[in-house]
Parts: sequence; C-alpha cells; structure tokens
Amino acid sequence: MTVQQIQVRLFARARELANSDLISVQVQEGTTVARLRQALAEQVPELQPLSGQLLIAVDNAYAGEDQLLTETQEVACFPPVSGG
Amino acid sequence: MKTDSISITDQPIDYAAITEQVRSNECGAVVLFMGTVREMTAGKQTVALDYEAYPEMADQMLQQLVDEARDQWDVHAISIEHRVGHLTLGEISVAIAVSSAHRKEAFEAGRFLIDRLKEIVPIWKKENWADGTTEWVHPEIEAK
Repeated sequence: MTVQQIQVRLFARARELANSDLISVQVQEGTTVARLRQALAEQVPELQPLSGQLLIAVDNAYAGEDQLLTETQEVACFPPVSGG
Repeated sequence: MKTDSISITDQPIDYAAITEQVRSNECGAVVLFMGTVREMTAGKQTVALDYEAYPEMADQMLQQLVDEARDQWDVHAISIEHRVGHLTLGEISVAIAVSSAHRKEAFEAGRFLIDRLKEIVPIWKKENWADGTTEWVHPEIEAK
C-alpha cells in the first residue's frame, strides 16, 4: 500500500490546540474520512480534547464517514460551528 | 429582479445597506435580523467576541442556505452578511435581510436562515470574559 500525505486545514479551537492552521497527516492510499479520523487521533494527540466532536469537510462540503480521500482534495477539520 | 447577496467581512456591518439591497416596490415586507454581541451569558460577563470563519466553505454554505430558503418560500431577495474578527459589546456579528410580497414569507425565511446558519456555516466564536479568560463556544460540546 502506498502512503499518502493529506494536508488538513484546522480552524477555531482545533487550530489553537494543534498550534497550526495546516497539518500533514499520513494515511494509506485510498483512505476514507473515518480512517483519516483515526490517523488524526494517533498523529495529532493535541486534538484529543475535541475527540468525537470534530467535523471533517472535503472540498468545502461536510464529508460522510465512508467518503474516499485523495491528495488533491481540500480537507478541513474543525469543531461544531458557533456563528451568528 | 433583485439578486441575492452573501458575504463574510472583517469590517463593521452596514445593516441599512443590507436592508436596502432587498427593498423593492414589488415587496410589501422586509424583515431584518441582526445578531449582536451580548454582555451577559448565564451570569458571566463578556467584553468581546472573536469570530473566525473558514471563508471558502462559509460562502458555499451561505449559498446553500439561500437555495434552501428559496425552495421553501416565495421571497423576493435575500442578503446575508457575517462579520469576523474582534467584536466588542453591541457590535453586529450578522445581518440577514429578506423581502417578500407579504410578511409571512419574509419572517419565516428569515427565521430559517439564522437557525440554519448557526447549524452549518463554518464560523466560530470565542468569548473574551471579563475575568481575562477566553473560551471557544462549541454548542454540541457544552450544555445548551
């Protein structure tokens, strides 16, 4: 299996916990959103306080857990929203 | 025909301009909703809120909200502006204006738009409490 680097944009408390607005996560090629979550938990333990609450967006839309990820997509990770 | 308008801004919101954008002689009703920075929350005193957006996705989600509202109500025009950055007490964080021929559609669509905005648009706020501490507001984590 080929290993991929997925760049993940972080926002709000996720950005502050990781102390970065862009992180690189190592995953197997053909990974899913659910597997990205596992990789995030293992490789970015700073996000643990938000564990189970983080939302994943792919190409500016909320992503389903089974959605496949590629290196060319824009991936973002953030806590529940609180605008307004 | 008026066009809808959505924007994320780091400048103070001109609510009169947002309202004028939707006004028309075809309409008998204009509803304006504004969200403003409140001083007291559950007994705690705020001095300011910091808003952060994921701007590209927020634009897409705001457009989705406009589409969803138009699917449900016969409205004439919709204008939504959300501010980001550091807002002090009383400042306007969001303004939503809706116009329609009769008041029912404008009220209902306006209520829907602010409720959905709070659910799906990727914008976050951080409380700056009077005691000097800060705290991100994440509704699903904390008790509502």
